[in-house]
Amino acid sequence: MKQKLSQSFLQYAGLLGVLVLLIAVFSVSSNNFFQTQTLVTIANSNPDLIFVSVGMTLVLIVAGIDLSVGSMLALGSAVIGVLMVRHEWSLPLAFSACLLVTSLCGLFNGFVSVWFSIPSFIVTLGMLEMARGGTKVITDSQTMYIGSRVESFGEPLSWIPLSPAFLVAVTIVIAGQFLLTRTVFGRYCVAIGTNEEAVRMSGIRTAPYTIATFVILGLLCGLAALSQTSRLSSADPNAAIGLELSAIAACVIGGTSLMGGRGSVVASFIGVLIIAVLQSGLAQMGVEDAIKQLITGAVIIAAVLLDALRSRWGGR
Amino acid sequence: MSVLFDAVGMTKRYGRVTVLRDVDFDVRGGEIHALLGANGAGKSTLCKMIAGLTDVTAGGMRIEGRPFAPAHKQAAESAGVQIIQQELNLIATLSVAENLLLNRLPSVAGIVQRRVLHRQAREALDRLRLDHIDSHTLVADLGVGTRQMVEIAAALARDCKLLILDEPTAALSGSETELLFDQLNQLRNRGVGMIYISHRLDEVKRIADRVSVLRDGQNVGTEDTASVSTDQMVQRMSGEAAAGPTRVRHVASIDADDDATGANGPTVLVVDGLCRGFVRDVSFAVQAGETFGIAGLVGSGRTELLRAIFGADRPESGSVSIAGSQPTQYVHPSQAVAAGLAMVTEDRKDNGLLLEQSIRCNTSLSAMVKRFSWYGIIKGTDEATVADQMCRAMETRCTGIEQAVAALSGGNQQKVAIAKWLTRDADVFLFDEPTRGIDVAARRKIYDLFGSLAEAGKGIVIVSSDLEELFDTCDRIAVMSAGRLVETRPRSLWSEDAILQASFAGHRTNESADAPGT
Repeated sequence: MKQKLSQSFLQYAGLLGVLVLLIAVFSVSSNNFFQTQTLVTIANSNPDLIFVSVGMTLVLIVAGIDLSVGSMLALGSAVIGVLMVRHEWSLPLAFSACLLVTSLCGLFNGFVSVWFSIPSFIVTLGMLEMARGGTKVITDSQTMYIGSRVESFGEPLSWIPLSPAFLVAVTIVIAGQFLLTRTVFGRYCVAIGTNEEAVRMSGIRTAPYTIATFVILGLLCGLAALSQTSRLSSADPNAAIGLELSAIAACVIGGTSLMGGRGSVVASFIGVLIIAVLQSGLAQMGVEDAIKQLITGAVIIAAVLLDALRSRWGGR
Repeated sequence: MSVLFDAVGMTKRYGRVTVLRDVDFDVRGGEIHALLGANGAGKSTLCKMIAGLTDVTAGGMRIEGRPFAPAHKQAAESAGVQIIQQELNLIATLSVAENLLLNRLPSVAGIVQRRVLHRQAREALDRLRLDHIDSHTLVADLGVGTRQMVEIAAALARDCKLLILDEPTAALSGSETELLFDQLNQLRNRGVGMIYISHRLDEVKRIADRVSVLRDGQNVGTEDTASVSTDQMVQRMSGEAAAGPTRVRHVASIDADDDATGANGPTVLVVDGLCRGFVRDVSFAVQAGETFGIAGLVGSGRTELLRAIFGADRPESGSVSIAGSQPTQYVHPSQAVAAGLAMVTEDRKDNGLLLEQSIRCNTSLSAMVKRFSWYGIIKGTDEATVADQMCRAMETRCTGIEQAVAALSGGNQQKVAIAKWLTRDADVFLFDEPTRGIDVAARRKIYDLFGSLAEAGKGIVIVSSDLEELFDTCDRIAVMSAGRLVETRPRSLWSEDAILQASFAGHRTNESADAPGT
């Protein structure tokens, strides 16, 4: 057991090192970065990306991809907004409807791509447009202000400066890692991403597992929708544009392979933190947006490059 | 006719294995020279050396008297040697014309001159009298036979003196074969020399001028086709005299009471009238404790048969019954596995193993739900224990169960592929080429394993191109030829010669029986 612990620590040592290094650099260059308030703000403003990255990790591991996460989030948020504002639904009911809608979107993505052997890239590209269009239809392209009824999920708790959204996100990370490494489902996902034909020839039906990863991602987009809606106190039909790229970037920084078969939920979580620290650190230093974007892009490539070099030298 | 190509002392070694030994061989201009041999006799290796696809260990070649030592395919092509291999090299998404002239598209400043392209393509097609092929058609829209013609046209569009054809008729229908023979005859008249590899002896008899037979990497004789019968060709391939006593390759030394081997238990596998694509109406039964071998030429449909039994490909008709279950057709391997079948596939890298994953993951894969799951959670300790036991029992050489399978040698990979099914357990085990490309020690171990599976009352089906292997391990051996199971006998009633004879049986009856149409 001791050996196992040290092994899993080593697995994440590189990533954690990068994270600590970033925090250290920003703490030196900007006096008020290394403060509880800054770190808490980073934590509380990123649960959406964490939820989506956990699901995206699973989808990438089965050698799929989902480009529609940002649109699904916006659609889920719109469902909450429309039901609560126009139809006076309670938050739990509206949130349930949101989960239903986003998981059905995920089911559609998974089912169409698996059943008709269409690359998930294409199917989810279609869903990206469809869900965004649907969002605009039901909101009449208007931002819907909901107000205090949704805010509590995103606000710091009384006994700890973290929001329920962040705590749920961390719980989801732990649950996701457990699902991936300790359950038959997770094992099959890794196996399918490694060599689907070999899994089939081992007497296992692969379709339900592949489809399930898309459904899980859909569900998590629903959670992310709640998190974002509560942070903004409103449903914005133009929310989360480009979220898919941030989520894929976080997974890739964490070492998840786009070819499938390799990835870790915890590593993707650290990937999200790295991106978040980088963004807010650069912002605090007063770096302008254009340069921020440039640096973020470079960091993504550097992370993947490092990973590639490590596996080349390490010889696995 | 003058000698166009000659080779002396051609030898090829892979490591310590010699696959071709001191072969002399020549082709005259305007001649079709057939090259025959059983599986692994070295035909393809010889042709690859001539075509510059593999390097020559020893020996020398000449074309029109000039020394010829191609370093790669392009070098051979520039000397006028073209090879048409079994897997076609056309690009399906391009037109016939583009394929024909791919490496020298007529262009001005990088822009393809379409009119010139199609005119040149038309000329190349017309030369072969392929009037019915439109040069604008995409290759994807052509039938297999027509593609073969285009491939030949592509070879001839370049300067071609020596044309090598490796099993060109394998995928062709009767009428397409006739068309091909027309083309070959024309080429012969134009003075092109041809090397023709085929298992179809009747075709060889019809089209070839001379025949050379390779056996165990040696040329055992070149003769005019007219002076040898197809029976004599088969005997040369197997190395047994026609009139001599039938040398039964008894493995009496291994176990004396040959016919009394275990096989008197209940029937565990019944295959009845199974059809799938090339596989036609195959029926056989295997008893508990029996090892049933299937011999045949490469491409005779053995792998296809196993896949149809296992549900990897959907059978068209017929049924399979395991351990007395209701006869049925499996349309997904999961059904076959649930019923008690296991299949160790031929291509372990492609569909047998998760190469990048650990030995542990591979060993437990099939048995995951059955043995290592507690409400969907993996029983990690059990899994590791079993994987470890399997490694010990199979003597798998590894640094531990966490080692990635990709890092193991071929023999050890095969042990893991087999361990996956031993962990799951089954009533009937199907093995497709279980020892191809693996070392002697691993082979021994796997043979031992067949023995213990049989003792445990399992049914075992082995497809192998290694006759010695079948004789060493099987109680009964069936021979498959051209998609049919042509003959089944206890192993003591077989000789290598007889198996080889039977391997060609399907082709002969096929050719005479249903050549027109198909």
